[in-house]
Amino acid sequence: MQLVTPGIGLIFWMLISFSLVLYVLGKYAWGPIMKGIHQREDTIEKALEAANEAKKEMLQLKAGNEQLLRDAKDERDALMRDARKVKEAILDEARDKANEAAARIMENARENIEFEKMAAINDLKNQIASISIEIAEKLIGKELENKKQQHELTEKLLKDVKIN
Amino acid sequence: MNRGIISLKLSNIAFKFENRLMIRKLLHTARLQVVLIALLLSGFTYGNTATHDMVTSPSVPAHEQTEKKAFDAGKMIIDHIVDAHEWHILTYNDFHLSIPLPVIILDKGKLVSFSSGHFHHGHEAYRGYRLMTEGVNEGKIVKTLEDGETADESAKLPLDFSITKNVLSLFISVLLLCLIFISIGNKYKKNPNTAPKGLQSVLEPLILFVRDDIAIPGLGKKNYARFMPFLLTVFWFIFLNNLLGLIPVFPGGANLTGNIAVTMVLALFTFAITTYNGNKGYWKHIVNAPGVPWWLKIPIPLMPIVEIVGLITKPFVLMVRLFANMTAGHIILLGFMSLIFIFGNMNIVAGYGVSIFSIAFGVFMSLLELLVAFIQAYVFALLSSIYFGMAMEEHEHTEEHTTEH
Repeated sequence: MQLVTPGIGLIFWMLISFSLVLYVLGKYAWGPIMKGIHQREDTIEKALEAANEAKKEMLQLKAGNEQLLRDAKDERDALMRDARKVKEAILDEARDKANEAAARIMENARENIEFEKMAAINDLKNQIASISIEIAEKLIGKELENKKQQHELTEKLLKDVKIN
Repeated sequence: MNRGIISLKLSNIAFKFENRLMIRKLLHTARLQVVLIALLLSGFTYGNTATHDMVTSPSVPAHEQTEKKAFDAGKMIIDHIVDAHEWHILTYNDFHLSIPLPVIILDKGKLVSFSSGHFHHGHEAYRGYRLMTEGVNEGKIVKTLEDGETADESAKLPLDFSITKNVLSLFISVLLLCLIFISIGNKYKKNPNTAPKGLQSVLEPLILFVRDDIAIPGLGKKNYARFMPFLLTVFWFIFLNNLLGLIPVFPGGANLTGNIAVTMVLALFTFAITTYNGNKGYWKHIVNAPGVPWWLKIPIPLMPIVEIVGLITKPFVLMVRLFANMTAGHIILLGFMSLIFIFGNMNIVAGYGVSIFSIAFGVFMSLLELLVAFIQAYVFALLSSIYFGMAMEEHEHTEEHTTEH
């Protein structure tokens, strides 16, 4: 019976103690604790949001950087291409010039040769003339017995004549 | 008045030893370790005892020494579960270690207070009062007849506001609650927005548990904040006292949450808050439930009666559930321990043999009780929050019920 009969004393002390602990903890413990937890949760949420925001920004930044890089690469390629073109142009020009020069030199050489050849031919002609004259002189000077001998001599003489 | 009670309490927390010689002798016995562990566990050091005044117990009455009482398991269990005017710690042969607690009696408007040590465990009367050890008034303080010795069966019982074992345990737990949670509260105040450290990090998950799994499901996100202080207090009060009840020695071991007076007050708080917060819809459902055939209300108000009974059964169930669960756990544990002595009285070998099983089951039950300690605190807080939520529920469907009829 004692087990299931609530005692007045314990009820009294329990009422007082529990009211007191409810008041004291409500004021000095649960208030600050709940407020602290709530505040921290808010802070964490905000921090997470900010982190997400930062991530997004970073992605954007990264995309921008990539774009920049790509542009730079394109520009570099363009520059390279231009440089190559310029180089080729210069080379072509140089080659042309060289060819031209070579052609000119060749032309000159040819002209010289022609000139020399003409000179040589002229010279030869002159020599032939003089030789012919000599031969003629010799022919005239020496009486040939027969026509056959004469012809042989002419042949012989002609053989001696060397065009240089 | 209050200050007087507190100083009385402090001055009277003394220990009862037969005498100092007895302690010396005890220390030399083979059971030295058992006693020492008991003393250490109960928070008394040897040095401490000197600072408290020693109350010499009277010589034990002759009849008790001659006839050794047979072990009564039922009586032992009940004695351990119910309230007491002294905090008994251990008995070894004729040696009693117990803390006498202050007795405060309101008798015909007159306040009487003295140490319960004067009763000598109910063997003696003091100032016209006697502590009954048997009969209907067992464990209660009764008035004596003119001779100052025999109990007056016909007299009305004086109102007993004594600082009993449970009351002292209540004070200790309240003090502990305040110490723990105010210190934690200060931590939140001092370092806001930092990760919890130490005790704070142990208790915070449970505080969040009360918020997220007890308050918010029962009350909704809109209303829960207002009830958090009560729900947290009730949860931690029950949980801490359940745990303290599992510690077998001082300052634990008082079956506080297994006491019907305590659970009654807790349930009354829930009932009072529910009633205070009941909105129009809540009262309408009780007095004139919508959607119920009229002949259930007139001429015999059957539904209102059922509803009003339901109003009372809710806190009643809260009270009984906690009380019965905690008491049952204690009874089972004590029952296992009693088995050792019941068998030991028959045969010493049987006693030791049974002790193995008793201890194994005792350990198992203790672990189970740890779970129960938490579950009961959870259930009490959860049901409270659900009752509050029901009282504050918005009844949008009321209109459609009334138009039906």
